[in-house]
Amino acid sequence: MPIPVEVMLKKKERFERDPDTIPADFHDELFRLEAEGELIVQRIPDGQPVVEVPTKYGRPKRVPKGHLWHHKSCGQCGHIPGYSTSIFWVMRKLGYDYEDPRDQTSCTAWNYYASATSNEAAQAAVALRNFATAYESGYFPLIHCGTSYGHYKEVRSELLRHPELRAQVRRVMDKLGKPMVLPEEIVHYSEWFYALRHEIAARQVRDFSGIAVTVHPACHYYKLVEGDAIYDPDVYGGQRTAVVTALAEALGAEVRTYSTWFDCCGFGFRHILVQRDFTRSFATIRKIEVMKEEADPDVVLTHDTGCVTTLDKSQFAAQAHGRNVGVAVMSEAQFAALAMGAHPYKVCQLHWHSADYRPLLEKMGIDWEKAWVEFETDVAKLERGEKEFLSWEDVDG
Amino acid sequence: MRSSPSEPAGAAVAERPRARGAAVKSEAVAGFDDVTYEEKRKLFEEVRSDLRFPDYLYGCYECGICVAVCPSARFYDFSPRRIAQAAARQDVELIYQQMQEDIWECSQCFSCLRCPRGNNPGGIVTIMREVAVNHGLASAKEALEGYSRIIYKIMSTGTQVSPDMLQPDAFPDWGPEVADVSNQLALWRRALPPETLHTTSTGWDVSDRTLIELYLIWLETGALDMIRDVDEGLHMILEEVMEERLEEEGIER
Repeated sequence: MPIPVEVMLKKKERFERDPDTIPADFHDELFRLEAEGELIVQRIPDGQPVVEVPTKYGRPKRVPKGHLWHHKSCGQCGHIPGYSTSIFWVMRKLGYDYEDPRDQTSCTAWNYYASATSNEAAQAAVALRNFATAYESGYFPLIHCGTSYGHYKEVRSELLRHPELRAQVRRVMDKLGKPMVLPEEIVHYSEWFYALRHEIAARQVRDFSGIAVTVHPACHYYKLVEGDAIYDPDVYGGQRTAVVTALAEALGAEVRTYSTWFDCCGFGFRHILVQRDFTRSFATIRKIEVMKEEADPDVVLTHDTGCVTTLDKSQFAAQAHGRNVGVAVMSEAQFAALAMGAHPYKVCQLHWHSADYRPLLEKMGIDWEKAWVEFETDVAKLERGEKEFLSWEDVDG
Repeated sequence: MRSSPSEPAGAAVAERPRARGAAVKSEAVAGFDDVTYEEKRKLFEEVRSDLRFPDYLYGCYECGICVAVCPSARFYDFSPRRIAQAAARQDVELIYQQMQEDIWECSQCFSCLRCPRGNNPGGIVTIMREVAVNHGLASAKEALEGYSRIIYKIMSTGTQVSPDMLQPDAFPDWGPEVADVSNQLALWRRALPPETLHTTSTGWDVSDRTLIELYLIWLETGALDMIRDVDEGLHMILEEVMEERLEEEGIER
């Protein structure tokens, strides 16, 4: 189904920027607290090129192109490492510098939303410790995980609103010897890909004009503290977040819509780990099967750790029951990397995925059998002790 | 911009359970008669006194949009509308029942933020879960059974899921690729070009100093103590790991 923008704009429940319901710009309070010496606001470093992008209520958001501190995702790094690797690879190819820190922790929000074995002060302190570390490095934070991004926006709202929480967190930060820092913008990696989509498309070496895509927008990206999310009048008529879709379109793919686009993926935080009957059912019945029936995509693109995991891993059991599933799932970062010529295994690490991605690679003109032999050849070198690790140079060789 | 009313409707907590309308479960269904009303009320007061509570509740149109968009409502006997309404009515008995029977079904996706009134039922659930954990309620113990390993991982290493968790006996429904990853794990991790990702027991390489700072956060904010009543054994192990590490560094608390 092509995107019916005209229909979307005529719906009575369409989104309109009503001046009476536009939330206050958080910057007012942020800069007031900075002026009073309560916290430091980390600015995008002087001289760094910046792209201004549109957000849900019209406020322009500044996204720096380079000099970025990569706040990695535990789920991406642990279980979908081609996700993180592709983000780094694309950034390197476009020539923007970055820091991949070891003094970063997870936001710990996956656990918080799953088990509630934490509290708002601990969550805020974890966030501010990471932000302070980025600030001390001089690099500007770029958040890889959708849940980290959503949770950090919540933490920012709570800190700006509640002086007693700031006081509690300040006592902890004093113990750590770290300053209270919030960045001028909380930037998700998919916003960087949106902002840089034309530079990415200019480096495209594979033709994606025959590729049909469905997009799953990540709940914690645009439902939590919605005013930070990118909405572009030129994408879905401004009715849905523009990230992922705008990039796929810039790469020449055909984005098709489906009726359950607003539904979550079924991740559930605790459910994906200890109650997967719910996760599998929701992911296949409400998402993958609907996409297959209504849009028949070659690939499902999304922009969050949990969504890639859920939509990819849930299909195997459903396939065993003869359900209408079986479609590749990946992040738009991996999709963009493939467009720019990245190796499907050495960079995008698709062998960590479960749903069959091989038909998609064939449609992209990639000989996956040959690529797999190349990967195994490199791995054999590691096994023989000829090399300890593969380097960035190796994966482009 | 939305403004929060100074107090939710019926701000004074009722002294006794009130009769419920036909739209909610009957008192007999609510059960938990062995728990005193005072105990239930104490737990509700903890929910209500959370800093975030006034930001999460503005009243309810009963439009049902939150239910329509809720993934958990499709597969469980769960309703974000009932969560918001029970909180708004300060229905101590029903809230206790929800803390024992409903809250762990929520997916925490926050689709319910589509509420035209600005309510955040998912946020109210987050607070109710914290209180349930803090008091070691049976629902929290049951919900977190089998979850200890995850809590241990995130609190002790700073990354929640690690590559070595991908084992076929843990994820038989994720397909044969899990076994491939598990069999080749160390090699395949060394094949990753980012230098921080060569780890197998953590998502990435986290520095020692960073871990110490994280331990201080868990200890100073009371987050570690939250699990004492839910999983005493896990609490003991984690406390020992953290105290020992801090002692090695000569850090006094």
